[in-house]
Amino acid sequence: MMATISPDNSGLRLAVRYTVLSLIAVIFLFPLVFMVVSSFKPDAQLLADTASLRAFLPVGDISLDNYAAAFARAPVGLFVFNSVLVTGVTVLLSLFVCSLAAFSFVFLRWRGRKLLLAIIVATLIVPFETIAIPLLLIAANLPWIGLDGFQIGWLNTYRVQIIPWIADGLTIFLFVQYFKDLPGELIEAARVEGASSWTIYRRIVMPLAGPVLATAAILKFLIMYNQYLWPLMVVQQESYRPVMVGLQYFFQLNRAWGEIMAYLSMITVPVLAFYLYMQRAFIASIASTGVKG
Amino acid sequence: MKTVTLSASIVALLSGTAVSAQTPLSMWYHGAGNVVESEIINGIVSDFNASQSDYVVSLESFPQGAYNDSVIAAALAGNLPDIMDVDGPVMPNWAWAGYMQPLLIDEDVIADFLPGTKGYYNDQLYSVGFWDAAVALVTRQSILDELGLRTPTLDDPWTGDEFNAALEAAKQSGNYEYAINLGMADAGEWYPYAFSPFLQSFGGDIIDRETYQTAEGVLNGDEAMAFGEWWQGLFEAGYAPGTSQDPADLDTGFTDGRFAFSWTGNWMALNTLLAFEDTLFLPAPDFGHGPKIGAASWQFGVSATSDHPEGASAFIEFALQDEYLAAFSDGIGLIPATPTAAEMTQYYSEGAPMAVFFDLSAAQGTLRPVTPGYVVAAKVFEKALADIANGADVADTLDAAVDEIDTDIQRNNGYN
Amino acid sequence: MALPGFGLIAIFIILPFFFAIALSFTNQRLISPNPTQFIGMANYSRLLGVGVTTIQPERDDEGEIIRNAAGAPEYPRLRTIIRGNPDFANLAGMREWFSWERSDEARTIVLARDVVFMKALVNTLLFVIIVAPVQATLALGLALLINQRLRGISFYRAVYFMPVVVSIVVVSLLWRFIYDGNNGLLNNMLSALTFGWFEGHDWLGDPSTALGAIMVMSIWQAVGFHMVIWLSGLQTISPTLYEAAAIEGASKAQTFRYVTWPGLRNTAVLILIVITMQAFALFAQIDVMTNGGPRDSTQTIVFQAVERGYGRQDISGGSTISVLLFLLVLTISLIQGFLTREKT
Repeated sequence: MMATISPDNSGLRLAVRYTVLSLIAVIFLFPLVFMVVSSFKPDAQLLADTASLRAFLPVGDISLDNYAAAFARAPVGLFVFNSVLVTGVTVLLSLFVCSLAAFSFVFLRWRGRKLLLAIIVATLIVPFETIAIPLLLIAANLPWIGLDGFQIGWLNTYRVQIIPWIADGLTIFLFVQYFKDLPGELIEAARVEGASSWTIYRRIVMPLAGPVLATAAILKFLIMYNQYLWPLMVVQQESYRPVMVGLQYFFQLNRAWGEIMAYLSMITVPVLAFYLYMQRAFIASIASTGVKG
Repeated sequence: MKTVTLSASIVALLSGTAVSAQTPLSMWYHGAGNVVESEIINGIVSDFNASQSDYVVSLESFPQGAYNDSVIAAALAGNLPDIMDVDGPVMPNWAWAGYMQPLLIDEDVIADFLPGTKGYYNDQLYSVGFWDAAVALVTRQSILDELGLRTPTLDDPWTGDEFNAALEAAKQSGNYEYAINLGMADAGEWYPYAFSPFLQSFGGDIIDRETYQTAEGVLNGDEAMAFGEWWQGLFEAGYAPGTSQDPADLDTGFTDGRFAFSWTGNWMALNTLLAFEDTLFLPAPDFGHGPKIGAASWQFGVSATSDHPEGASAFIEFALQDEYLAAFSDGIGLIPATPTAAEMTQYYSEGAPMAVFFDLSAAQGTLRPVTPGYVVAAKVFEKALADIANGADVADTLDAAVDEIDTDIQRNNGYN
Repeated sequence: MALPGFGLIAIFIILPFFFAIALSFTNQRLISPNPTQFIGMANYSRLLGVGVTTIQPERDDEGEIIRNAAGAPEYPRLRTIIRGNPDFANLAGMREWFSWERSDEARTIVLARDVVFMKALVNTLLFVIIVAPVQATLALGLALLINQRLRGISFYRAVYFMPVVVSIVVVSLLWRFIYDGNNGLLNNMLSALTFGWFEGHDWLGDPSTALGAIMVMSIWQAVGFHMVIWLSGLQTISPTLYEAAAIEGASKAQTFRYVTWPGLRNTAVLILIVITMQAFALFAQIDVMTNGGPRDSTQTIVFQAVERGYGRQDISGGSTISVLLFLLVLTISLIQGFLTREKT
């Protein structure tokens, strides 16, 4: 798709470039290779192989036994479904809410916006572990009006895994820093023409926000998909458990490393798929914004 | 609570029994991810539900690594089930905190249970275990022969000197990567469970059991110092891999022949038995104050918030039948709580390969300190042992541990 | 329009954090039937209390300093002096943090009420100071490398991100095998590369290399994450600027200096802040790989906050640590903000 070959991309230089890129690739690739390769090996061999480069080669006694055992041990499909659902919904809502907030911080003029932004950025410092208990007490006492009427308490639901995570300082800050680089003249021009803030957000800013949307989506996806402590605290029913809590099913006393690797390989698929998808969207959006910028 | 009740009634509906008269009971168990264990516990639940018409129990399983945190979170949020299981040494902490209430079970029912399976706190029975766990010095007859060592017995265990000599002999033989696997890679409760009995055999302890108000003098007295020096020596001499031991070593090191001995729990025993026909499970060595191993494993109790403690206790009592104790033992290799159940099992009946564990548990089993403060003291002890193994000054480390344990007790008003 | 976002943050982050601040002034436990009491700054002084004392070397009957084989004076053990001694009541419960010999006649010892926390503080700062710049630079290098127009570049772009995709817990487990002291992959490779001259090292078991080993792994794991952020910044730079630079005949270095770098200003601020925050939050690697050991060489602030709050059921102590962390990072951010402020 990028067929434009500039003059200095010829011959030797090109070979050097690919060599460098590939060497670096090897350094980054090996955990994934180890994980996937190990998932096909029986435990004794897997552990013996960790001492040598055999750890990265699908050699010896290769089978799908670990996968079968993993499915027997835990409802893998359910966990993946829960995680993808919670993650997907959170990412979508987060992109909307956070970009809207960032838009307001960068392009609208209102009193106290600098202070508010500073507070939001400061929340980046708060490690989740340290507010988990107060947050639990809050979530256990929040009201909710749903199909089955009014209730107190959010425990054992999907929403308790989603709503507290929609807005976060990092995502808002990411959008803010990106929006600052957008050409201000476009927004000014639209404003002069009498466009409402909502229209400017929807018609001008967001179409230009491709790269940051992709970046924010990936980062949020990773954070949400790897949730452990929070779902552990607020969800006591298997039917709502996400993948990282599910990982604990494999660390019982009858620990089996091959099954662990099989489970990890399976739960990595959605993340990888999402990243590859976003990367394509990312490049496509760059192609289009490049023209506008 | 609401959703729990809801799911219980759905279960009742689905099982097609009379719904109206039955009281739903929720139960939590730490065995998620263990297929065999889940089958057994589910079997007990459905047997109970079928055996009477007053209550219907619904089970929610948790993975062990997440269980305690889940219980604490649920307690904070007011969301505990009726029946829950609890790790033996943690029970006093939860009972003290008001998570649990005493069982309504006649003590005659558990008269012949192994002492490690009875969870007493303040003279009241809060929990009962279906099984106990035990640690043994695992080796092979061929290794003892090769190293020219006598076989220790329950009546005549190795002395500390004999034990040290055995480690030295294994090292000198040059046939093993390390003399002994202590399971150092297994951080957490393993350290106090597996190693505090050594300290007790030296004459020290984690906390003063007379008062449960201080560790001064017992965790940093002369006996404890001697224990600490000995402990550090194990790693200095290169007898055992230290805290950086990799998990592979832990799981397969002994069966791969890289260790001459392994200090490990009976839940690992099955693998070893399958690997070597001449596997031996030896009693703990005696460092002067008797040979000791840890006692008490997971047990069952009733939450303080349960509205139906009599139903919850009825379930636990129902589950205490020999038949079920034996099923757990056969399924996951644990020591059945009663001699009669032991006779019904594959591994613990008279002459069976792991029967020795039953005797070990009965003869050497020592409860960890029965106090709500144990949970924190165990953490402190774990860190002290790791630091000493890594070369920290023994006296300073034990002093610091004592200070930390004492401070914790004071901050909790003596845990009274 | 900022309302939904800010409102959610206020309820789910700021409110609980104020709760945590309040807890830090109490003796609240994670599990306890005892009523909560206000105890003022006690949690803070327990963490931050330090003291200094000087001890004299041991002398024999003639008053001569006793020396060991190497000629260095022998000092009595600190515990024999201050433990249970009413004269040193102000130092009771303190431990030696570090010490130095002032002269041949005396040793000055700095004590801390909570040596573990002090070590955690130092380790965390060390981690941040080393990891943040190295990681940011490497990530920028990778982003530049990956931002070229080459066939198949998206493959590499995906590969460099791999370690981020795999959960940190998994990556940490894997690196335990790599760093293993006996027959770990790293030792075997180094041994092979040096033809057996390298005899192996227990990377995570040696207090002098454990933190370094975790730093290397952490950089490796997260660099792809920051590469992606740099990349999105690079994409905002208009191609027309590069074309102009090419027409002017600018060298690669000049193009970077005058076109790329100025265009990355906002991204750089973002990266710096994000990396610093993440470095300060170092936890999972420690939890899986070392538990803070050996001998506290890898203790970190957040690990201690969690260890105390949950492991030792001291939720007020854990909260106190997080408040201190917050203040520390806030101070650093303000300094950073001042240093990188837009010069007009």
